[in-house]
Amino acid sequence: MSITLKINGETRTVDAEPDTPLLWVLRDDLQMTGTKFGCGIASCGACTVHQDGEPIRSCQTFIGDLEGANITTIEGVNGKAAEAVQAAWQELDVPQCGYCQSGQILAATALLAETPKPTDEDIDAAMDGNVCRCATYARIRKAIHLAADKMEG
Amino acid sequence: MLHLLQKPLEAAKPSRRTFLKMSAGTVGGLIIAAKLPNIAEAAGADELVQPFVHIRPDNSVVVIVKHLDKGQGAATGLATLVADELDASIEQVSTEFAPSNPEVYKNFLFGVQGTGGSTAIANSFQQYRQAGAAAKAMIIAAAAKNWEVPAGEISISGGVVSHASGKSATFGELVGAAAAQEVPAEPTLKTPDQWVYIGKSFPRVDTRNKTVGAPGTYTMDFQRDDMLVAVVARSPRFGGKLKSFDAEEAKAVPGMVDVITLPAGVAVVAKSTWPAIKARELISAEWDDSAAETRSTDVMMQELAAMASTPGISVRKDGGAEAALASAAKVIEVDYEFPFLAHGTMEPLDVVISFDGSAAEVWAGSQIQTIDHNVTAAVLGIPFPQVKINTLWAGGSFGRRATPDAHAYAEAAILARALHEKGTSGVPIKIVWTREDDMTGGYYRPMSAHKVKVGLDASGNVVAWSHRMAAKSIMKGTAFEPMVMPNGIDHNMTEGAHDTTYAFPAMEMDQHFAETPVPVLWWRSVGHTHSGYVMETMIDRLAKEAGEDPVAYRLKMIKDDPRKVAVLKLAAEKAGWGSDLPEGRYRGVAVHKSFGSYVAEVAEVSMREDGTFKVEKVVCAVDCGIPVNPDNIVAQIEGGLGYGLGAILRNEITLTDGVVDQTNFDTYEPIRMSDVPEIEVHIIPSTEAPTGIGEPGTPPIGPAVANAIAAAKGDWVTSLPLSKHGLV
Repeated sequence: MSITLKINGETRTVDAEPDTPLLWVLRDDLQMTGTKFGCGIASCGACTVHQDGEPIRSCQTFIGDLEGANITTIEGVNGKAAEAVQAAWQELDVPQCGYCQSGQILAATALLAETPKPTDEDIDAAMDGNVCRCATYARIRKAIHLAADKMEG
Repeated sequence: MLHLLQKPLEAAKPSRRTFLKMSAGTVGGLIIAAKLPNIAEAAGADELVQPFVHIRPDNSVVVIVKHLDKGQGAATGLATLVADELDASIEQVSTEFAPSNPEVYKNFLFGVQGTGGSTAIANSFQQYRQAGAAAKAMIIAAAAKNWEVPAGEISISGGVVSHASGKSATFGELVGAAAAQEVPAEPTLKTPDQWVYIGKSFPRVDTRNKTVGAPGTYTMDFQRDDMLVAVVARSPRFGGKLKSFDAEEAKAVPGMVDVITLPAGVAVVAKSTWPAIKARELISAEWDDSAAETRSTDVMMQELAAMASTPGISVRKDGGAEAALASAAKVIEVDYEFPFLAHGTMEPLDVVISFDGSAAEVWAGSQIQTIDHNVTAAVLGIPFPQVKINTLWAGGSFGRRATPDAHAYAEAAILARALHEKGTSGVPIKIVWTREDDMTGGYYRPMSAHKVKVGLDASGNVVAWSHRMAAKSIMKGTAFEPMVMPNGIDHNMTEGAHDTTYAFPAMEMDQHFAETPVPVLWWRSVGHTHSGYVMETMIDRLAKEAGEDPVAYRLKMIKDDPRKVAVLKLAAEKAGWGSDLPEGRYRGVAVHKSFGSYVAEVAEVSMREDGTFKVEKVVCAVDCGIPVNPDNIVAQIEGGLGYGLGAILRNEITLTDGVVDQTNFDTYEPIRMSDVPEIEVHIIPSTEAPTGIGEPGTPPIGPAVANAIAAAKGDWVTSLPLSKHGLV
């Protein structure tokens, strides 16, 4: 069936079953592959996108439930927090294999939008759902603090 | 799955002969200039096109990377080497992955094109610097000719070619003339004091793309409108064969295209990924388990432990260990058990292939291109040159993509051939492993048992070390066996133990090969993952037995290994070894050499009242020879120890009646942000040739943490993961 979604500010119509996860509509139907498939059960966060600014796992979000929602992906994320996060990530060369980093960046952006000066405990709480098998966690933590400084300055 | 691979491997024999033993030989026969038809055709008239570097009229410098980059930073490392010799600016340098061509792009330590064993920089250090130096000489020669000045008066800095007369030019302006110059056979290399990036800083070439979700980066991201996607239903037991299946229900899923029978199961082919995953759930299949592994891992471990209690294949026997043990005043006997481990790459396995009946094209994070290429050609029954391999960035590997049987490529080729035969010729098909396929699909770090007996004299000095271990061999039965196991010994299995530089007056080391249909594979740092744990926890135990400080005891026991001594001393000093700790905090140390590099780690843990612990801080010292990219060395140590820490905390793959118990990240819980300690990395300056860095950070973390826990609790954990002991 035909379903209309609002993605990165644009209205997109896709022909898919309502129980299709948003992840696969983004990746295969819309060919927006920045959002990654990691586990399919909301355990790794590689598929993190924003729904009305809140981080969600797109592998467990069905498009039939998204009428009227504003979805933001790595391809469209912007604003003060996102820019600070991406700049900090680049400055510290955070990614290794990089496959999880779209999700990490979306999760970090949502954290900073809500909590501009996060503590290490805030970071643990906000980021524990995002797995990085290369274990770039130490740099992700550093980059979030750096992004917070950038937003302030 | 082995029967599927028999045929391709037989057909792939020519490449086996070229596979040299994996010992560090001389880097001879460097190819820096060669005619490469596939590249030359694509090049414009005014381009400088050499195998390892292309310089274009737009002033861009493209470094051709012969290795797979799966996050370890190989592309940046090779770019650093070329850019330094060429004196290019950081901004003008980018990278592309090399085509599959073993003659030109072989790994000198393998004899075939491939990446692994932390060899990318070690085997490329000379070659890529020479490539950069040759291009630089050609640019200078072109400028000298154009400006009519002596070449010796021309200098290059930051990508700008200049002469004292005020003349200057970019590479782009000179590249047409440079391409016409002769390629110097032995270009002069810089001396270390002239390096501008090596040992200093060169930013990663892939960071931007990986922070903006750039399309086309990974195999998983490959898209084409006509592309098909397949997932495969496999036997829940390793070695199980397909008896029968019913796909009627599956065929009703919208987007479903076809089912194709494979030796290992049933491939569900759909127009996109989700319908394929959904349809696979509706396949009902019956399996013949007569040749399958039907045991549980606890039974398999009993078998390994029993094997480790008897003499096996002797790897080392010197100093009369048996007699010394028999007459020892005291014998300390410890049994260790290590579980199967999955790699859990963030990007699960995937291969894209298209085949039109005469030629095939592959897009994948190919780690051993020569084998993947050979197997693809063999399965399709076409000559090697009719297959084109496009290497893409890989979302992690940790060993998982380095497959001696190229099983993912063999399956891809079978599917591509079937599509061609069914009249869907030339259409790309992407074979996707879901996380469940990854976790339950085998190719694990082998489970293993060690038995160590250490004889002490009346004063507590070691008189003999006897060490036996049992596991399924990674090498035995693969195409590598004839080359790497000439004496029937799998050195991968006991590396890090049989070659220890702790001085024992007598030492014996045996190994046993267990048989199981469960496929096993290299896992980041391979044998060192368990041997390092055994050696470094045993040494700690012996220090306690001798009533000595663990660092002082190690320094006393290390023989003729000054670099090991140096990293140990540095890590201890930087960690404040011996200084007071707050209540509830404990330190542990480990030092281990792997892949030519030395790493010492001091872990500081806090014990909680409920008996669990957290690693608070790890201080590392590393000596990997000349540090080409210091920041990447730090990153690889951070990541390597994080990867090892996750495994020892709570990772194990277990089987119940042959069926894998862990299916996803909810049951194989990876290391997460809140588990990660503060990490400090200190690099020892060196003029030695560069050695590995992707793996050496992993082995010391397990024993360093276990030794810290032992400092708190008085005893060492001897079966992993730590979560089995109420510690996590």
